[in-house]
Amino acid sequence: MPLRQGGVDTDQILPSKFLKLITRTGFEDALFADWRTDPTFVFNNPSYAGASILVAGPNFGIGSSREHAVWALMDYGFKVVVSSQFADIFRGNAGNAGLVAIDVDQKVIDRLLDAVEADPQLAVTVDLEACEISAGDIRSPFHIDDHTRARLLAGLDDIEITLTNVSEIEEFEAKRPSWRPSIHA
Amino acid sequence: MPRTLAEKIWDEHVIRHEADGPDLLHIDFHLVHEVSSPQAFDGLRLSGRKVRRTDLTIATEDHNVPTLNITETIADPISRAQIEALRANTKEFGIVLHPLGDRDQGIVHVIGPELGITQPGMTIVCGDSHTATHGAFGALAFGIGTSQVEHVLATQTLPQDRPKMMAVTVNGSLPDGVTAKDLVLNLIAHAGVGGGQGYIVEYRGQAIEELSMEGRMTVCNMSIEWGAKAGLVAPDQKTFDYLKGRQFAPSGAEWDKAVAHWKTLATEPGATFDKEIVLDASVMTPFVTWGTNPGQGVPLSGEVPRPEDFSNEQERAAAQKALAYMDLTPGTRMKDISVDTVFIGSCTNSRIEDLRSAAAVLTGQKISPGMRLLVVPGSVRVRLEAEAEGLDKVFIEAGGEWRGAGCSMCLGMNPDQLAPGERCASTSNRNFEGRQGKGGRTHLVSPQVAAATAITGRLTAPADLSSLTHA
Repeated sequence: MPLRQGGVDTDQILPSKFLKLITRTGFEDALFADWRTDPTFVFNNPSYAGASILVAGPNFGIGSSREHAVWALMDYGFKVVVSSQFADIFRGNAGNAGLVAIDVDQKVIDRLLDAVEADPQLAVTVDLEACEISAGDIRSPFHIDDHTRARLLAGLDDIEITLTNVSEIEEFEAKRPSWRPSIHA
Repeated sequence: MPRTLAEKIWDEHVIRHEADGPDLLHIDFHLVHEVSSPQAFDGLRLSGRKVRRTDLTIATEDHNVPTLNITETIADPISRAQIEALRANTKEFGIVLHPLGDRDQGIVHVIGPELGITQPGMTIVCGDSHTATHGAFGALAFGIGTSQVEHVLATQTLPQDRPKMMAVTVNGSLPDGVTAKDLVLNLIAHAGVGGGQGYIVEYRGQAIEELSMEGRMTVCNMSIEWGAKAGLVAPDQKTFDYLKGRQFAPSGAEWDKAVAHWKTLATEPGATFDKEIVLDASVMTPFVTWGTNPGQGVPLSGEVPRPEDFSNEQERAAAQKALAYMDLTPGTRMKDISVDTVFIGSCTNSRIEDLRSAAAVLTGQKISPGMRLLVVPGSVRVRLEAEAEGLDKVFIEAGGEWRGAGCSMCLGMNPDQLAPGERCASTSNRNFEGRQGKGGRTHLVSPQVAAATAITGRLTAPADLSSLTHA
């Protein structure tokens, strides 16, 4: 799916009225809900129905920290988002929720957008093992940090990993200065 | 090696360092609200985990709550369910909650400092992107997503990659009538919405030192609007004076120990930053946005830009789209733009100093016919303080609405919203499409400009009011 726009903020990806939901799924219809009311918006082009890779402009996911934006992309069917620059919180949320967010040079993004717009059926392949994205005669390495990549490939639970270090956490907590604030329920 | 303020705080909180992975950081305090937490509590339940440190966690209701008739049952059943979920979750997991109607309820980034929980040298997180607000106290504070909220609830830690360091040095003094909000809008227009990505930013220089704690909170609050992970200011006497005597601030000998430590935190001479931006406050003027991101701003004395003025193709395309959404014609003087709504509030500008400065402009004045003015204090404590000073009467006598505490019209998820096509001068932090309600148009401004605009019905600086009256 080609989204030829920079600075897409999370208020557009998931408008705030849908933030009232307390579930972690069921956001597929909320994804870009306001923009989808425009019949010319690319999400309304049936040629791209079922797409699992979103190719977007730079500064994707700026603004609100809402992880719901990532859930909505995943609920809609996306497995990967490609941009030349992601907002930090969005990138972190994607890695935690299991959406693959990869950084590709803007020149490659421009070529991908041109190619996918010219041929909506063109297959785009993202190889997370080899860190390579390809489509037709386009072939480019991409960046994702090693830690996130390893976690996505293995499907690990971050909390479980952290809790293997619980004695170190306890040790650290014991040294916390007494003047730091704490409240007692 | 000499270190920066942020590096010292970071180093002091590393529980575990791994060469090829993120650092595991201890989190000193976790602020929780109704919107980004329900799925995190569900996660804890599913995995049979507890909240590790209920004594380092506090919750309030702010994002989706109404600011009128707050003692009645919330009318919207979906909003009500979210609030009820927070109440049930905090009860089940043993977390202190300040609900609607409580004396300490309010916007999460207003109550933290008010209660004295926000202190120098701490790590503070919240499932909200404006968490850098707490950086005004020399704390390392940043916004997180719901998976991370769950992680902090379960472990009181967070794995984090060490960001790069940036200094924003603002030399000189802000001229009269130019505020912290103008300073930060100026900076964001200069740096662009992605300019801070990957960085923790230290704000420093004469203009920053001269800001009140409220002003520093306004600047740090908007760090995320140019992409920075966090923004912070070195603690000084103003910081200590603000904190002393607050409920969760240390006292007696503990206070002395704390202050002694806080004084060691400042960036050392010779410490290096990966990047520095230098600005001159003395040439700054009131600043407003014309577009649909916080970087699309100009001086209030300026004009709506022409897309062809932008050399970068992405920015040109963004400007065209923004102008169409905002229904603005290039070349229009900003001061000729009419607005029908003024919102004074949000975690950016809802503190007592913000309300005082808006009230000073509105004293003895009436708002423009047809104008809707919402004044929404950031917390119950701010509301009570303002009422004790008679500020509520100033707003009401001018024709405005004085409301209960909450996020209100900042974000279009509670009853306070713009209707399609309405145009608002807002002291909040985001002018994204539909941010204040679907089809609504937002111009970000300071509290003073908001107040003057309410009087004239057009974007106006307080300095323009006397000349308008005498024309």
